[in-house]
Amino acid sequence: MKDRLRIALVGNPNTGKSTIFNALTGLNQKVGNFPGVTVDKKIGFSKLADSTNLEIVDLPGTYSLYPKSADETIVFEVLSDKNNPSYPDLVLIVADATNLKRNLLLYTQIADLGLPIIIALNMMDLALKSNMNIDVDGLAERLNVPVVPIAARKTQGIEELKKAIQYRSSQPFQTSTIDVELIAPDLIKSISTELNLDNPYVALQIAHQYQNISYLTKTQISQIEAFEKQYDFHSQKSQAAETIARYNFINDVLLDTVKYNSVALEENISNKIDHYLTHKIWGFVIFIAILFAIFQSIFAWSEYPMYLIETVFVWLAQIGHQYLPEGALTNLLIDGVLAGLSGVMVFIPQIALLFAFISVLEDTGYMSRVTFMMDRLMRKVGLNGKSVVPMIGGLACAVPSIMSTRTIENWKERIITIMVTPLVSCSARLPIYTLLISLVVPKRYVLGIINLQGLALMSLYVMSIVAAILVAWVMKGIIKSKAKGYFIMELPVYRMPRWNNVGITMFESVKTFVTQAGKVIIAVSIVLWVLASYGPSNRFEKIDAKYNSQSLQQRYSSTEINRLKASEKLESSYAGVLGKSIEPGIKPLGFDWKIGIALITSFAAREVFVGTMATLYSVDGDATKMESVREKMAGAKNTETGLPVFTVASAFSLMMFYAFAMQCMSTMAVVYRETKNIKWPLIQFTYMLVLAYVASFVVYQLLK
Amino acid sequence: MKLSQLKIGAIGIIKEFTDLEMSVKLMEMGCLPGETIKVERIAPFGDPIAISVSGYQLSLRKREASTIELI
Repeated sequence: MKDRLRIALVGNPNTGKSTIFNALTGLNQKVGNFPGVTVDKKIGFSKLADSTNLEIVDLPGTYSLYPKSADETIVFEVLSDKNNPSYPDLVLIVADATNLKRNLLLYTQIADLGLPIIIALNMMDLALKSNMNIDVDGLAERLNVPVVPIAARKTQGIEELKKAIQYRSSQPFQTSTIDVELIAPDLIKSISTELNLDNPYVALQIAHQYQNISYLTKTQISQIEAFEKQYDFHSQKSQAAETIARYNFINDVLLDTVKYNSVALEENISNKIDHYLTHKIWGFVIFIAILFAIFQSIFAWSEYPMYLIETVFVWLAQIGHQYLPEGALTNLLIDGVLAGLSGVMVFIPQIALLFAFISVLEDTGYMSRVTFMMDRLMRKVGLNGKSVVPMIGGLACAVPSIMSTRTIENWKERIITIMVTPLVSCSARLPIYTLLISLVVPKRYVLGIINLQGLALMSLYVMSIVAAILVAWVMKGIIKSKAKGYFIMELPVYRMPRWNNVGITMFESVKTFVTQAGKVIIAVSIVLWVLASYGPSNRFEKIDAKYNSQSLQQRYSSTEINRLKASEKLESSYAGVLGKSIEPGIKPLGFDWKIGIALITSFAAREVFVGTMATLYSVDGDATKMESVREKMAGAKNTETGLPVFTVASAFSLMMFYAFAMQCMSTMAVVYRETKNIKWPLIQFTYMLVLAYVASFVVYQLLK
Repeated sequence: MKLSQLKIGAIGIIKEFTDLEMSVKLMEMGCLPGETIKVERIAPFGDPIAISVSGYQLSLRKREASTIELI
């Protein structure tokens, strides 16, 4: 006997599918991968009253089993292949009650696959409010499928849904919807025999999709190709006929079960809001104002929690140095790992806030309005209105954003979006910007309300978006493609954000950031500490000997000697040698060899920069004086000239470098995965590096 | 008359499609022959447009809208 019941959760986008997923599973979720494809597989666990264990697989939202994007292919793969490890015992279809007609199209397709089904009729409260009269029992009888009315946002009906799952039937009893075999009788028969299928609709779907289905063998594919030639099968014509037949069935069902009394209320409210939010002038004013408010609040709200985290780490380091025995291991732990970690943990409040804001924009339906407003502009530079979402998402992290470009159907528009998304300032750059801005930009208010530091930060973000758009425009002229792009997108009605979902998004993003970035940062911190604490041959002994000599002991106090010794040791360590070797190349940008070390270590991940700075400046200096990284960097002096290392010119030059350079292994990996061609990540890396060098050079030479 | 020629607030009924590939995508989204369409809004730069169809709102570019022939 199987120990758990596996349920596939499917539905159109914007139906509240993820709210139901969260309501059923809570924080009991994990993200995995479907074998062979790069679609994120969200699984959640739950338990029924009769202690049956549930494993719920959240499939990507789709309007139809015919995929329009790479992500949607997985829905048919999972539901049609009995050998797929995610093949469900039961399909839970989430349908939006206020928009039943279009939602039922997906239902009729899945019903014909022959799996047991339960329909969760979501947003019943809104349907009632807009005077729609849905005969739920009549609908259930007509389709011969359990239909559970719910209002997931108000958590109404979730218990009933669990009960319906408990008393499910293990066999599919739904009435058939259309006569599938009529569409292509000979072809369906041939494919069914060839692949040993017992379901005609699975055979028909395969006839349409066989080139993209991962579980078919090469011989099977060429066999299907031959059948289609033989029977003169035309995919689009057949699909059109099928869709019309399905809507005839749906209209028939709805005629008996749903009475519309008036125009939906929610839609009227939405229209009124849209009158302003997508207005010629106000639309853009509001959009800019929203972005502005987001960045001001990220700075303002995170200040206090960041200060707390910083204090805790300084306190930990003090405790450590007080109670742990002195020696190399303690130094490694405190100056290496702890210093590196503190440099990164401090940015958790900002990352959490940024992800929260983006999820609110998505959840309310505002993001699709931005897409709608920007499409024309984006098209001018070779992008698509849908590129706005990855680009705004790029403010948080390029990796999931590049994966979200799968919604862009046109190849050229998608490639350009992928190529420019890493230019948009991501959250990993935020720590670098905040640190450097706080060093060189005074904390002052202009005109009473505008925080000067916040303004500097926002300019960097605006610049990154402008750069992305300009690069896209250049690439539009370079990349050649014949296929024309299109843009067909639902505008969901405005809804209040679901704070529970926002909370879960925040929690998940911080968890991923801490575990993923944390691992890299600890590893890099350790390597860096070793490189900075040891040097080639016997240079360190020579330095020790030099400072032990009588003449120096008399000239300087002991603390001064310690400081001079430490900085000379760092300079002749392996890290110092490495930094020095690239110094000639980066000197025109205003960087010294220490920044050079940071550039090398943050080559794989930008966020390492702050950790590196923390480690380098902990090694270099008086270990007993526990200051924050910021204070240490502010006091840093060039060993040759004695001038401060971080001036307005060098700090802004450094920010330019981090703004444009592709210092993220994860992004390069995901670009390779998405484009399946090593050419694209390489081109991207090169053009970004050139851009970074030139921008830094220009900024430094102008400001110095 | 094509959908792309309709003004804001105007209503039409879908007769047929002039592009097979586009028709498959539009029909899945509820744009079927016989359905009533109302133009709700036009984006700030004159394209795309937002329409009401099958009880919800859909946005599409004028080029796509020009493949929908109205009665």
